[in-house]
Amino acid sequence: MNEALLRSLTPSVLGVLVRRGADFAAAEDAVQDALVEAVRVWPEDPPRDAKGWLVTVAWRKFLDATRSDAARRRREDLVEEEPASGPAAAVDDTLRLYFLCAHPSLTASSAVALTLRAVGGLTTRQIAEAYLVPEATMAQRISRAKRTVSGVRFDRPGDVATVLRVLYLVFNEGYSGDVDLAAEAIRLTRQLAASIDHPEVSGLLALMLIHHARRAARTAPDGSLVPLAEQDRGRWDTESIAEGIEILQAALARDRLGEFQAQAAIAALHADAQSAGETDWVQIVEWYDELTRLTDNPVVRLNRAVAVGEADGPRAGLVALAALDDKLPRHTAVAAYLHERDGDLETAALLYAEAARKASNLAERDHLTRQAARLNARRGAQDVSRK
Amino acid sequence: MAKYLLLKHYRGAPAAVNDVPMAQWKPEEITAHVQYMRDFATRLEGTGEFVDSQALSDEGTFVRYDGEGRPPVTDGPFAETKDLIAGWMVIDVDSYERALELAGELSAAPGAGGEPIHEWLELRPFLTEHPTVTE
Repeated sequence: MNEALLRSLTPSVLGVLVRRGADFAAAEDAVQDALVEAVRVWPEDPPRDAKGWLVTVAWRKFLDATRSDAARRRREDLVEEEPASGPAAAVDDTLRLYFLCAHPSLTASSAVALTLRAVGGLTTRQIAEAYLVPEATMAQRISRAKRTVSGVRFDRPGDVATVLRVLYLVFNEGYSGDVDLAAEAIRLTRQLAASIDHPEVSGLLALMLIHHARRAARTAPDGSLVPLAEQDRGRWDTESIAEGIEILQAALARDRLGEFQAQAAIAALHADAQSAGETDWVQIVEWYDELTRLTDNPVVRLNRAVAVGEADGPRAGLVALAALDDKLPRHTAVAAYLHERDGDLETAALLYAEAARKASNLAERDHLTRQAARLNARRGAQDVSRK
Repeated sequence: MAKYLLLKHYRGAPAAVNDVPMAQWKPEEITAHVQYMRDFATRLEGTGEFVDSQALSDEGTFVRYDGEGRPPVTDGPFAETKDLIAGWMVIDVDSYERALELAGELSAAPGAGGEPIHEWLELRPFLTEHPTVTE
């Protein structure tokens, strides 16, 4: 049975139930029940019309769950006025669901969980495993999120930027458990791009595709990080890069630049270089300037300092860095790198060790510790040779 | 979305405001304390922020490897000066501010005289398992 097909139908089936008048929370439960039944029944008895089957079963589950007299009276009225669902309606339903699940009244973690379940069709258990929390905790997070948005009207589009932020969060989470969240984020962004014509949706999709293409090269077999400059570029997924660049170029041609298109442009410039030495750092700095104008995000300024260090030399990078708040995450790691490039190994080693203590991520901490150890070993060897 | 550890100490944290050993509380004060802790965990399950909670015995020993083919060496009981962990709670929250808020509430658990203990808790962020995908 094709689980990808099943999951891709989730949002439009849910949309049909909601348009028929089912409240969102109950409809979402009913669709999950229908998915479980599909997994059980389809291998033996595959339906001819998968979506029709899911709508029928989910609607029946919804009716079964809504037992009170008042609800029955209400649903008899509802069945009477049941609207027909064409392909256009399915697209709109899907889109509305994205907006609902990313509603600004939700916290980031709630929006992520709800999106993965109601739009992505993942089970609560899969989401809990991916985020390393107990299933009961994730179940509560999802049901609270559903309650929070239950009063929101389903017929109004929202701000696409909120949806993109949620998808980007999912993408950045990486993967644990049996669900690859980065791949899932790409699938959901692709599906969104099919429902709405917006250059920033394309920008995010391009960014994800280009980053994802480097995944195999990003970690060594022992799980340690491989920095961009040292990655084996032969292991980059060229097909995914080509697709990302094509999507990006079409988006840029529309002349409505946004944050994600600019980030994707930077990723594309890295992907274009045959070797780290061939990277067009001057153009990357220009894109960072563009990005600073668009977002004025301090993390962007930090990345810009790295790019300046490559384009104009480490001293210029250190000058750019000096203008920034040294409390920024990774500020010390960037300082260490620029000092190393500038030949001041002693300062660099101290800063790498300090950056390792400040790291918020295990792989990054180990990487920075190794950098400090590498420089200390080199300096030790130099001391010995001088004697 | 970040996980934090809230650590409670038998020893080693600064003295609480309401610093009376539990053995000197009234029985109903102990019951109220245990109930508060249970309610706190239940509430966090309800908000979707609970990950884990465990209590530890105050007994234990140091253990270390002692070379190939030899049994591990132990060293105990712990000296009176050793920092001693009493238990922990792990939470998964949206922000550092929220972690602080919850730690503050946990520290307000009632103790002697039914008054909040104002116990010092150690709040420690987890190192995340996976690096962010974007470089």
